[in-house]
Amino acid sequence: MATAAQRAARTRADGPADETGFAAAYETAFDAAVAADERIEPRDWMPEAYRATLVRQIAQHAHSEIIGMQPEANWITRAPSLRRKAILMAKVQDEAGHGLYLYSAAETLGTSRDELLDKLHSGRQKYSSIFNYPTLTWADVGAIGWLVDGAAITNQVPLCRCSYGPYARAMVRICKEESFHQRQGYELLLALSRGTPEQHAMAQDAVDRWWWPSLMMFGPPDDESQHSAQSMEWKIKRHSNDELRQRFVDICVPQAESLGLTLPDPELVWNEERGHHDFGEIDWTEFREVLKGNGPCNEQRITQRRRAHEEGAWVRDAAAAYARKHTAEEHGKAAA
Amino acid sequence: MTVTVDAAALALGDDALVLSHRLGEWAGHAPVLEEEVALANIALDLLGQARVLLSMAGDEDELAYLREERAFRNLQLVEQPNGDFAHTIARQLYFSTYQRLLYAHLASGDGRFAGLAAKAVKEVAYHQDHAEQWTLRLGDGTDISHERMRTACRALWRYTGEMFEPVEGLDVDWEGLRSAWLESVSAVLLRATLDVPEGPPSGAWSAGAGRQGVHTEPFGLMLAEMQHLHRSHPGASW
Amino acid sequence: MTTNDWPLWEVFVRSRRGLSHTHAGSLHAPDAELALRNARDLYTRRGEGVSLWVVPSSAITASSPDEKDPFFEPAADKPYRHPTFYEIPEGVQHL
Repeated sequence: MATAAQRAARTRADGPADETGFAAAYETAFDAAVAADERIEPRDWMPEAYRATLVRQIAQHAHSEIIGMQPEANWITRAPSLRRKAILMAKVQDEAGHGLYLYSAAETLGTSRDELLDKLHSGRQKYSSIFNYPTLTWADVGAIGWLVDGAAITNQVPLCRCSYGPYARAMVRICKEESFHQRQGYELLLALSRGTPEQHAMAQDAVDRWWWPSLMMFGPPDDESQHSAQSMEWKIKRHSNDELRQRFVDICVPQAESLGLTLPDPELVWNEERGHHDFGEIDWTEFREVLKGNGPCNEQRITQRRRAHEEGAWVRDAAAAYARKHTAEEHGKAAA
Repeated sequence: MTVTVDAAALALGDDALVLSHRLGEWAGHAPVLEEEVALANIALDLLGQARVLLSMAGDEDELAYLREERAFRNLQLVEQPNGDFAHTIARQLYFSTYQRLLYAHLASGDGRFAGLAAKAVKEVAYHQDHAEQWTLRLGDGTDISHERMRTACRALWRYTGEMFEPVEGLDVDWEGLRSAWLESVSAVLLRATLDVPEGPPSGAWSAGAGRQGVHTEPFGLMLAEMQHLHRSHPGASW
Repeated sequence: MTTNDWPLWEVFVRSRRGLSHTHAGSLHAPDAELALRNARDLYTRRGEGVSLWVVPSSAITASSPDEKDPFFEPAADKPYRHPTFYEIPEGVQHL
């Protein structure tokens, strides 16, 4: 049951006479709703910082989906069997779909997709750094599915319970689909690992290159993470970076064994006492450099995205012009 | 490879395979995100059709990855490069209209393609609708889009004639198909304020065309890209 | 000119006969015809729906939030979109 304060807060759109007088009540209602694990919905009052944090995070997530299409689309035309080609096309298409779900969640916070795309294109908003690494062989498609999508799922499953309703709902839909992505990647690597010696080597090489960047996907260590504490309090985030990273490592170790592939970390060892795997130090210098724009593909990714957008402008304009003409015509007919 | 050519399954299967591949090249480059999803849907439908059809003629992967260019039986139209969005839409309009009419005919009979055609014709009807919607918007949108669409429709017109060359093994009234196609395409072009192109619907070279295994230069490059990984690992499974 | 000229549409999906339409999300489209087609491609690509509504977001007058999570029926076609399509060796967990 919603409390009276919550109900009051939800009728914000009717416009209170005195903003400051109600501010405290709104804040209390918001805090109570979050504490009670209720969802915040678009028309509810919310602190501006909460709104800004969500827009930033959802936008970054949406941008990651659409930039993330590129490294995999790179292999659609070369997929080595028709079955794999169909799977990869469907996967890349899903990513466009996920981008759309997420932009639509961000739009419920009052920021248009155009604004967000503009910020992406001008470098004012980021996307996941993982997509600044290149896909050099077919096995990279598998490694992305298994490790990158696996890390993403580890990050994203808790977001299905995020306090902001539209984001949580988008994540439910996305997580269902991501599970297909991860499994196809694993299966692809398994076929290679059990294939010819050349195929096995290709798979091992891909895992060697993608393992460390995948661990970086969980973000900086907890003691350096800028936004973590507040986000956890607001239940936008449910677990810390290091906690999720540990969970991911623990999940991957036995999966790698079943694949017959080695994870490229000599320090990776089971720690009986902790009940977790210990693992080696992540190269945070590389992480920061890629984040700053010095990764192998930063320039290429954003250039392609910008070009697709610019080259599509005349198409979008044409459709808008057609709609204006023909909507006007219909209105004319109706009036006549 | 065995040379028991199943001309009809190859012709229809290669059309679907090659066009699917071309549409797949749009991934990450579409003019708007919604169109990424739409183009991929069409590509996936076509790839699904191609796999069924090629499997009727042999092993789908052997046929797709190990045949030489001259053994492919697809229309030259579907192998034409994507060009700008207008070229892609013009290619879609011409081909999907043809495919819908052809499949509707095959579905109504009791031949070996009736089952596949009955399922595919629903997908293809949607492809045709997509092409029509965009032809209208580009043709009757802005001056720029009108000009681009006009150019694209003209450029691809010369590849439309070979669609109505008889295919061995298909019992079709090809002349009837041609006039139904022309009527349907003309109606869309007129609504889109575009002229029906006037040039000849075939090239001047008499060596034949896609159905005889004679293709255009861009096709070899497309196959090189499509086949290289598969061919680099003979006998491997994926 | 930008996609600002492509207004926002809310999409409602009837997941199967006997159920009412449920809000699934939103999208951009220049007009109702394309909105419907975009919705079909985006929100029913795993066979989640038998009927769609699209409504200009600007036409909605809201009282309070009461959206429900959409439920999806698995598609009959394209089984490779579903995780159960992939065979994973016994004993592999969390995948």
